Amino acid sequence: MGRFSPRSILLGLAAPIGALIFAALVCSVILGVTGHSPIDTMDAMVDSLTKPRLGPRTFVNSLNSATTYYLAAVAVAIGFRMRLFNIGVNGQYQLAAMVAAALASASWMVGAPSFLRIALTLIAAMLVGAAWAGLAALLKVTRGVSEVISTIMLNAIATSLITFLLSPDRMGAVDPSGNDTRTAKIDVGGQVDGLSYPGTGSKIYGLVFLAVLVGLAYWFVLSRTRFGFELKATGLSEEAAVASGVSVKRMVVYSLLLSGAAAGLVGMPALLGDIYTYSSQNFPSTVGFTGIAVALLGRNHPLGMGVAALLWGLLDNTANSLDVAGVPKEIVAIMQGVIVLSVVVAYELVRRYRVRLEQRDVGRALGTTKAPVNADAEEVPA
Amino acid sequence: MTAGGLTVGAEATAAPVRRKRITPVTYLIVVVLAFLVLAAVRTMTGATDLTSSGTVAAALTAAVPIALAGLSGMWAERAGVINIGLEGMMVLGTWGAGFAGYQWGAWAAVFFGLLLGAIGGLLHAVATVTFGVDHIISGVAINLLAPGLALYLSKLYFSDAPGGGQKQSPPTGDVAHITIPGVSDGLGTIEKKEWFFVSDLAGLLRGITTNLSLLTVLAALLIIASWYVLRRTPFGLRLRSCGEAPIAAESLGVNVYRYKYAAVVISGAVVGLGGAILAINSGRFNDGQTGGRGFIGLAAMIFGNWRAGGLTTGAGLFGYTDAMQLRGESAVHALVLLLGIALLVLAVVQFRNRHLVVSGVALVIGAVLVFWFATTDKIPAELVGAAPYVVTILVLALASQRLRPPKADGVPYRRGEGG
Repeated sequence: MGRFSPRSILLGLAAPIGALIFAALVCSVILGVTGHSPIDTMDAMVDSLTKPRLGPRTFVNSLNSATTYYLAAVAVAIGFRMRLFNIGVNGQYQLAAMVAAALASASWMVGAPSFLRIALTLIAAMLVGAAWAGLAALLKVTRGVSEVISTIMLNAIATSLITFLLSPDRMGAVDPSGNDTRTAKIDVGGQVDGLSYPGTGSKIYGLVFLAVLVGLAYWFVLSRTRFGFELKATGLSEEAAVASGVSVKRMVVYSLLLSGAAAGLVGMPALLGDIYTYSSQNFPSTVGFTGIAVALLGRNHPLGMGVAALLWGLLDNTANSLDVAGVPKEIVAIMQGVIVLSVVVAYELVRRYRVRLEQRDVGRALGTTKAPVNADAEEVPA
Repeated sequence: MTAGGLTVGAEATAAPVRRKRITPVTYLIVVVLAFLVLAAVRTMTGATDLTSSGTVAAALTAAVPIALAGLSGMWAERAGVINIGLEGMMVLGTWGAGFAGYQWGAWAAVFFGLLLGAIGGLLHAVATVTFGVDHIISGVAINLLAPGLALYLSKLYFSDAPGGGQKQSPPTGDVAHITIPGVSDGLGTIEKKEWFFVSDLAGLLRGITTNLSLLTVLAALLIIASWYVLRRTPFGLRLRSCGEAPIAAESLGVNVYRYKYAAVVISGAVVGLGGAILAINSGRFNDGQTGGRGFIGLAAMIFGNWRAGGLTTGAGLFGYTDAMQLRGESAVHALVLLLGIALLVLAVVQFRNRHLVVSGVALVIGAVLVFWFATTDKIPAELVGAAPYVVTILVLALASQRLRPPKADGVPYRRGEGG
C-alpha cells in the first residue's frame, strides 16, 4: 500500500472536512434554535470578506491573525510529535513578548541599527520562551512531573510575573492614558514594516515571512534530519527509540526548548508590526489554546497547519461583522470548539476504519480469511 | 499524572517502600502544629489578619469552588479519565446558575449549575470513553467551547433581562446564611484580646460559625459523601478499579465504560456546582468569572494526592492565599515566612528519608524565602496570586515520591483489547 494511494489521501481529507461540515451543522442547529437564520449568518460572514469596502481589510486582518496562530501551532506541534503536551504556549509567548517589548523599547537600544535591534528582540523572545518551557522540561526529566500540569501552573505564574514586571518602576512605563500598564513604545527603528495590500490601509505583518521560515524549518528538521527522526520515533514508540539508542530525557529537553523558542516568537509579528508595546489586553491568553486547536486540525503538518491557521483567522475576523447583524459573534467560538472536538473524534474513527481496511487487505493477501463479505461481518464491533 | 505521554523521569519503578500511612491522629497533630506556627508568626509579626475571623471566612468562601473543582477532578481521575476540561465545565456551571438564579431563585441556580456541568461532563465522557480521544485534547476542546457557549447564551438571554447585560446575568439571589447564636459574639471578644494561640483559635472558629453559607455546608457534605462512596462502597471500589487496572476490572465483570461514564458525569456535575456556588457568592454570572479556578482545583487535587481529605486541605490553603491577597501587605509579607518555614520542615523530613538532593533544594529555597522575609518590609501583592501554583510545583518537585495518582490515569482503554 503506497503512502499516497488515492484511498489514503481520501481518508486523510475525510476527517477534517467531515468535522467542518459537522461543526457547521451543529452551529446551524444552535442558531436555528435560538432564533437566528443560519443562512443570514453565513451571508454576513461571507459579505465581510467580499464587499469591496470591507473585504480587503478583513482579509489582511485574517492573514495577520493566521500568522500568530501558525507560530503557536508550530510550537504546540513540536511537542505533539513526541507526545508532549505543551499547554504552556500561553505563558511562554506572553512572558517572551513582554520581555522582548521591554528590551526593544529600552533607551540603550535606540542608537543601534534597525536590523540588529530586530534580531536582538527576536532572539530575546526565543530565549525567554525557551527558558520558561525549559522549567517544565527540567521538572519532567529530573522529577518526572507531567508537563501538562507544570505548564498549566507556569501559565498562571507567568501571568502574575508579568503583572509584577509591568509596574513602571520595573520594566513597564507610565501609560499616557493612565488606565493600563504597558511597556514603553518601540520607536520606528525597532519596528518591522508591513506590506501594503490594495484597498485597505491595514498592512500585512512583515514578520509573516518569519512564520513561513519557521514552518520551513519545522518541516526540514522533522523530515530531513536525524534529530527530527529521533523525535518522531520517540513519539511513536518510546521503547523502540530507547532500544535504538535515543536518550529520551535529552529529546524531552531539546523538544521542549525548541517548542518554547517557537512559542516565544508567537507575539512578535503583532508586537513589531502593529502594536509596538506590551499590554495584557493585546496579548490575550487564548492564543496558546488556539495553537493547540490549529495543530490538531492541521495534523501537525506544516502545510495543514497553515490552512488551519488561515481558517481560524478568517473565522475570527469575519465574526466581527456578526454583532452588527444581530447575532452574537461567539457563535464562531462555539464553532471552533466543535471543530476541535469533532476533528479529533473523526481522526480516531478514520484510524479505526483504516486499521480494519488494512487487516482485511492483509487477510486477503494471505488468503486466510473467508470471502470479504464474511470478513466484514465477523469484525469485532467498534 | 501520566497523561498517557512519555514516562521519562517518572519514578514508576521505585521499589514498593512500606510507608506508614498518615492516620487521622497524625494528621490532626500536623494540623495543630501548623496552626501553632501560624499563631506564632502572627504574634511575632503582628499581622493580625493572618488568623482573623474575617480572613477565615473569606478563605472559606474562596476555598469552596476550588475544593469542588478538585473533588470533581478526583472523581474523574479515580476512574482513569483526566479532566482538564474542569475550567470549561465550571464556566457552564456559572452560566447555568445565572440563567436559573434570576428566574427561580438560588436553589434553582444550584441545580442548573449542577445540570450544565453534568452536560459538559457527558461531552467529555462521549469523547474520551466512547471515541477514545486523548483526554487532554478533549479537555482543551471543552475549555475552548464552554466560554464561547456561555457568552453566546449570555448575550442571548441576559441582554434584555432586568438588571442583566451582555456579559452578566441579573442577580441570582442567595441562599440562607447561618450564624450560631451566642458562640460568635463570645469568640469575637476572645479574638480581640490577641492572646497567643487562644485568640487565633477563636478567630478560626468564629470565621467558621459566623454567617456561614448553606452552600459551604453543602460542599462539605459533598466532600464527605464522595469520600464515603469512593472508599467504602462497592460502587466506589469498582470505579477506582477502572482507574487503577481497567483490564483487570473488565475481567472481573465490571462494565468499565459505564463506570467511567458515571465518574466523568459526576465530575462535571460537581465542578458545575462549584461554578454555581461561585456565581451565587458573587451575586450573578459574569463572563470570565472562573478565572482559572478549575486549574487551581486541579492543583489542589494533585497537592492532595488524589484523596478527598488531601484536596480539601489543598483547597483550604489556596483559598487562604487567595483571601490573603486582599488583606494588606503585612499579612502577605508574613505568608512568605510561613512558606519558608514549611519548606525548611520539608527539608528535614526529606533528609530523614535520605533524599539528600531534594532536601538540599528545599533547604535552599526555604532559606531564601526566610531571608527574603527578613530583609524586606513588604512583598509585591502581584506575586501572591502565583502562590498556589508555585506551591503545587514545589510539592510536585520536592515531595512527589509521596504522590500516587491512579495507575491507569489517562491511559486509553477499549473493551476487549487488553492483553
